[in-house]
Amino acid sequence: MIVVKNISKSFDETTVLNGVSAFFEKGKTNLIIGQSGSGKTVLLKCLLGLHTPEAGKIFFGDNSLTDMNEKKRRLLRQKMGIVFQGSALFDSMNVEENIMFPMRMFTTKNDDEILDRVNEVIDRVNLTNSNSKMPSELSGGMQKRVAIARAIVMNPNFLFCDEPNSGLDPKTSILIDNLIQEITKEYNITTVVNTHDMNSVMEIGENIIFLQNGKKEWEGSNKDIFKTDNKPFIDFVYSSEILKKARKALKES
Amino acid sequence: MKIIVNIGSYFLMLQKVFEKFTKWSVLKSLIFKDIEVLIIGSIGIVSVISFFVGGVVAIQTALNLTNPLIPRNLIGYATRQSIILEFAPTFMSIIMAGKVGSYITSSIGTMRVTEQIDALEVMGINTYNYLIFPKIIALLLYPFVIIFSMFLGIFGGYLASVLGGLCSSAVFIEGLQIDFIPYHVQYAFIKTILFSFLLATIPSFHGYYLKGGALQVGKASTTSFVWTSVVIILVNFLITQLILA
Ligand SMILES: Nc1ncnc2c1ncn2[C@@H]1O[C@H](COP(=O)(O)OP(=O)(O)O)[C@@H](O)[C@H]1O
Ligand SMILES: [Mg+2]
Repeated sequence: MIVVKNISKSFDETTVLNGVSAFFEKGKTNLIIGQSGSGKTVLLKCLLGLHTPEAGKIFFGDNSLTDMNEKKRRLLRQKMGIVFQGSALFDSMNVEENIMFPMRMFTTKNDDEILDRVNEVIDRVNLTNSNSKMPSELSGGMQKRVAIARAIVMNPNFLFCDEPNSGLDPKTSILIDNLIQEITKEYNITTVVNTHDMNSVMEIGENIIFLQNGKKEWEGSNKDIFKTDNKPFIDFVYSSEILKKARKALKES
Repeated sequence: MKIIVNIGSYFLMLQKVFEKFTKWSVLKSLIFKDIEVLIIGSIGIVSVISFFVGGVVAIQTALNLTNPLIPRNLIGYATRQSIILEFAPTFMSIIMAGKVGSYITSSIGTMRVTEQIDALEVMGINTYNYLIFPKIIALLLYPFVIIFSMFLGIFGGYLASVLGGLCSSAVFIEGLQIDFIPYHVQYAFIKTILFSFLLATIPSFHGYYLKGGALQVGKASTTSFVWTSVVIILVNFLITQLILA
């Protein structure tokens, strides 16, 4: 469980996050949604401790990230798995080495034990037989799978994904979304996903916050979407004219 | 103003490189990889350039020796002095600022723009140490590349002189031995060690603090080359004043 209390973050003069609060639940896929530039990545990087908010607090369980010393923060980070927007695979390492990396770094296990675990997660993300491929030889969807495997190899308590389906076709996107949701349930972890993709929102949006201009404009679940009257959120959901007409027709009937 | 801020963050970066070390088994493999790319990978270009520049220095000296009172062994002497004092340590380092430096800037810069550095950071790794320390260590072997360059440069001069009929082998070798001051080699060595540190750290700085995308990676490589060469030239001037003058 992660609790965000009233955080604000600006760069130079521009305010990117303006008093955002949120509650990300364990065992659920929590979504941060909004247009490009609405501050999703900045919010996620605040959760990771890569950005420090000027105001507000972030709690992981009972511990406040903002008040933690460097050592505690490092230990907490080893409980986090992150899938970056462009996958951020280490391009000098093959698939297996990429996934092994956190274990080599932070466990005292020998290479055989590490390899057993690595193969387990490789199977879990359906990438069997790709161990020795280099990231540049993989399709976008496969790169995402490797990034997910690397994120879960250390059995994290928290999983963060920044636009996990950017650059993927709709079908592959849904496969990746479902994979993330399955993993969330299987490991009973707190997952936070950034997205602007309405398909993902409908598919896995168990707990959603909607950001606009650095403010939280709406929150709810995918079941609440069609009931809401929140103007900015409706504008985001029904972005095309056709959808707007469809909504109007639906309301009138 | 910005330059002062940059110099400040350069020194802060250096400090962080030596804090919280990466696990040795991981660091070791990074160092070997960097030795392969930065040192072994540079030997080819260093050989070609040194050999031919040595040859040219010898030919130029010979062509300018029109006064019969000046002995022909000056060719060997001049080749030795210019190669050992300046060409190998200083000008080779500027060429390396282009080769090694732009490689370092673009590889670290690419890791920055593709969020690989963020990925390392959130795993709790000291990315300064992880990325920059292995390069500093690998480039400690750089003075040996320069010694190699000295030998090849002088050998190039020798071959150009003897095969080109500028002087006999015995006369060239006699020239090489005149007034040989071993301290000059030490001076060159000291310079080179300093330059190797600059070659590892200035390009790393430009890559690490890069902002933006692929276009900025290209720009940063150029800026890093310019700054590395300027600093090498300035340090060369200072150290020559200090040691030789
Ligand atoms: N490191 C930074 N420095 C300055 N401005 C930034 C930085 N990171 C993000 N921003 C700005 O913050 C705003 C929100 O960005 P971001 O969170 O990346 O949006 P998105 O919702 O598309 O992920 C953008 O206007 C962006 O220009
Ligand atoms: Mg983003």
